[in-house]
Amino acid sequence: MKGGQFSPAAMTAIDILGLEKTYSVGFWRKKPKCALKPLHLSVEEGEIFGFLGPNGAGKTTTLKMLMGLVYPTAGSAKILGMEINDPHMKAQIGFLPEQPYFYDYLTACELLNYYGQLSGVAPKDRERKVREVLERVGLPDVMRVQLRKFSKGMLQRVGIAQAILHDPRIVFFDEPMSGLDPMGRREVRDLMEELKHEGKTVFFSTHILSDAEALCDRVAIIHLGELRSVGAVADLTSSVEGKIELIWHGNKIPAAMKALGADCHVTGDTIRAVLLEGNQDAALEALRREQLRIISLIPVRTSLEEYFVRKLQPSRAAAGVTQ
Amino acid sequence: MSGRVVYIASNTFREAVRDRVLYNLIAFALLMSGAAILVGQISIGIERLVVINLGLTAVSLFGIVIAIFIGIGLVSKEIDKRTLYTVLSRPVQRWEFIVGKFFGLAGTLVVNALFMALGVFAALFYVSRHFQASDSWVLVALYFIILQFLIITSLALLFSSFSSPLLSAVFAFALFVIGTFAEDLRGFAGLTQGIVRWLATGAAYIVPNFSALNVISSVAHEQPVARQLILSNTVYALVYASMALCGAVLIFERRNLK
Repeated sequence: MKGGQFSPAAMTAIDILGLEKTYSVGFWRKKPKCALKPLHLSVEEGEIFGFLGPNGAGKTTTLKMLMGLVYPTAGSAKILGMEINDPHMKAQIGFLPEQPYFYDYLTACELLNYYGQLSGVAPKDRERKVREVLERVGLPDVMRVQLRKFSKGMLQRVGIAQAILHDPRIVFFDEPMSGLDPMGRREVRDLMEELKHEGKTVFFSTHILSDAEALCDRVAIIHLGELRSVGAVADLTSSVEGKIELIWHGNKIPAAMKALGADCHVTGDTIRAVLLEGNQDAALEALRREQLRIISLIPVRTSLEEYFVRKLQPSRAAAGVTQ
Repeated sequence: MSGRVVYIASNTFREAVRDRVLYNLIAFALLMSGAAILVGQISIGIERLVVINLGLTAVSLFGIVIAIFIGIGLVSKEIDKRTLYTVLSRPVQRWEFIVGKFFGLAGTLVVNALFMALGVFAALFYVSRHFQASDSWVLVALYFIILQFLIITSLALLFSSFSSPLLSAVFAFALFVIGTFAEDLRGFAGLTQGIVRWLATGAAYIVPNFSALNVISSVAHEQPVARQLILSNTVYALVYASMALCGAVLIFERRNLK
């Protein structure tokens, strides 16, 4: 699935058709403020889809509209082929809001039991499912502790537990790594991969690009309420302008390499050079002539971060001009 | 009733209990014990009247204060703390949430009032050493107080569905005070003419008529309560609370939870 290769039989899990949101702001003279421009997006069943964007880009607004918490100004969306306010659909999805806060007078066990009741989990299965999901998120020892005594990271784990408790087909996570330490982030990443292997669709918003790059089959980049790009991570990070990266052992840069216009950097006893793909053969010949040992030759790929920054730059520059 | 309404109501009740709302019973118990002992010493022949008046008024005031101050936060607190997001992203309809919250708080108030009623009867027994037939009217007065709780809870929920907690408290408390003098407002409307009469009559029928639901004084004087009044008050309170609840649902259904 990774790399955007989907089976032809894959069903559309989420279909967003021109979803748009405009708020009225101001007390007396209300002015419209566009939080999300018409958004068209579809997510296939079984993929991990990253919804990327800086703070205030419109990620949470989109998620709230999909959850039926905020009503769209225009457009519509279908999840598993059903309308977004259909209770049958809601029984098949899980949602983790950003920086979740729960009823702090309840214990973790009581809270999940309550959510299980609301999600229609059968009473005979409820206790077992609560126990299993708390073990899965690493909280088996604090089942009977009131949530008011939980740290931010523990609450985030409870949030993930409530989202997957009822075995949903699609899980929506809004900034799932927020508030977690490096170990916690790793565990959440592993959990998301497990969910994918179980055949579930994971839709998550984040501004931590390394997480998206490591996890997602596809990503969408949104900025200032507008979709900037969507595609498979591998496609977005493909070769840049026909450049290659050549690394060899040594501490002296051959003159021939400089003549080929290579951008060379010496680190310890290795040299890294970036040059045009067309000069590849000449560069290899030059290194062989000098009897230098080649370590690697790979096409230069842009990182998701570089791609992301590039996609955001025009509007940021424009914003700078208007200021 | 939908199962989810019951789950939300149970959780609201549990929240109230764990937030130590029922601790007011301790204050009430102290008040009733003190009053019973004091009344026994200073009043001759009117101990029962004083205990019933004081006891039922305290039941009413304690309950109204709880209904307003818990009721105004039932929706707004869930929005502010974002606990609502994980509830409404499940197969829970918005009306189920509002109705569940209403029954949860109403249940808390009924349990609270029943414990307080035990206190009133204990004080009554302490001062007169026996019960008499007219004491059963105390239960009717208590029933009317519970009907008041239903109305004020639905109003607090209505205001909470679109306003801030502070404004909701002001609106709900103002309506309680005006409603206590609803009969006087109707009398005033009858004395005026023209547009003022229309406005005063309209206001008199819009505000909840708490004066009709207050029979504490007549019960304390051992006067019976007419069956007709019990029936009309029951219908009135249920219709009024249902309408306020419908208003809360209609507003909440359209609200964006930012």
